[in-house]
Amino acid sequence: MTREEAFALLSKSFGEQIQSKTEFRDETTYTIVASDLREIAKFCCDELAFDYLLDITSIDNFGEDPRFEIVYELYSMPHAVHLRLKLQVSEDVGAVDTVSDIWSTANWHEREIYDMMGIRFNGHPGLRRILMWDGYPFFPLRKDFPLEGLPSEMPDVAFTKITPLEGGPFVTVPSTATSKDREPRARSPEL
Amino acid sequence: MPQLGRSAALSDDPPLFDLDAPAFLLRTVWPTLVFVMPETHSTAYDSKVEGNVIFTRFDAALNWVRKNSLWPMPMGLACCAIELMATAASRFDIARFGAEVMRFSPRQCDVMIVAGTVTYKMALAVKRIYEQMPEPKWVIAMGACASTGGMYRSYAVLQGIDQLLPVDVYISGCPPRPEALLAGLMKLQEKISRERSFRKQKPELVEKLEEALS
Repeated sequence: MTREEAFALLSKSFGEQIQSKTEFRDETTYTIVASDLREIAKFCCDELAFDYLLDITSIDNFGEDPRFEIVYELYSMPHAVHLRLKLQVSEDVGAVDTVSDIWSTANWHEREIYDMMGIRFNGHPGLRRILMWDGYPFFPLRKDFPLEGLPSEMPDVAFTKITPLEGGPFVTVPSTATSKDREPRARSPEL
Repeated sequence: MPQLGRSAALSDDPPLFDLDAPAFLLRTVWPTLVFVMPETHSTAYDSKVEGNVIFTRFDAALNWVRKNSLWPMPMGLACCAIELMATAASRFDIARFGAEVMRFSPRQCDVMIVAGTVTYKMALAVKRIYEQMPEPKWVIAMGACASTGGMYRSYAVLQGIDQLLPVDVYISGCPPRPEALLAGLMKLQEKISRERSFRKQKPELVEKLEEALS
């Protein structure tokens, strides 16, 4: 199966359910709805032989609705084809279905997204924090979490303190504006 | 004690003049250690004594023994640990300074080399390992991260291990070269050789002795 055949089959099978399809520098991105994720993921894995889940990432578009975006990077070993699936999650819902039973590598990726961004995964076999410790009260990669951190204390387990930042914080502005407007530079913390 | 004069000459103490004052004498002499060496050759001048008996201060002898056989606890947490391994390997050879016995049990260690970024998740584990080390113990903060948090000004990284442990030597660099670690080790040896270890280790005994002598 060539690239074109695979994408044609995907578009044909889920014509209505696919929000949009973008091609950029030979990279194909399908935007889907969160409720269709499992159906499309199963189809990609079983029918189109996208047997390798490269990565799952999440984006926080703070101040917009829906706030979160989750990106699945798929690869087909037999056909050497890349595919990207994107879906949006609003803050109120804050959860998507797991794909860890389809690609078992998704288990830790989903735990990382839960740990850093606070998005839950329905049906995940063990949705615990993976980098921070159990009981840590914040989700550090959210845009409203300050770069210098927040103090927290769990006696005999762990603690965090505010980090001194000279002339900072050098953080990107949370929005979907161009990278020129978002780029990290010394800004007052209110921005 | 006919060798008293010699003892004073070898140590940093002022020479003894008033040999009749026993209290003064005892106070000056009690931290003196006598090494009796096995006889190795018979050609020495007056070989019954010369070459076999060394007088020194107790602290000096104890510190000399300690500083030349430091057993490190390799607390390798990041890329500094690679340099730590290089320092232990043949090219730089930390064994030249008597610190080649890396122990992975804190119970057998003298000096903890914190080599790398200390995250908050690891911080209390590092502290617990330090507390498991027997006294006397020292800490080397190797590299920018262990000293100050380094480039990691973030929510996840402890801003210097000195917030949890008493650090003796800080080594700059990101990561430091093995030479820098060896220089830090030599600095620590200097520091150990200046310590008043007997007083530090047995404060009650020293107090009792001074009380009895005064």
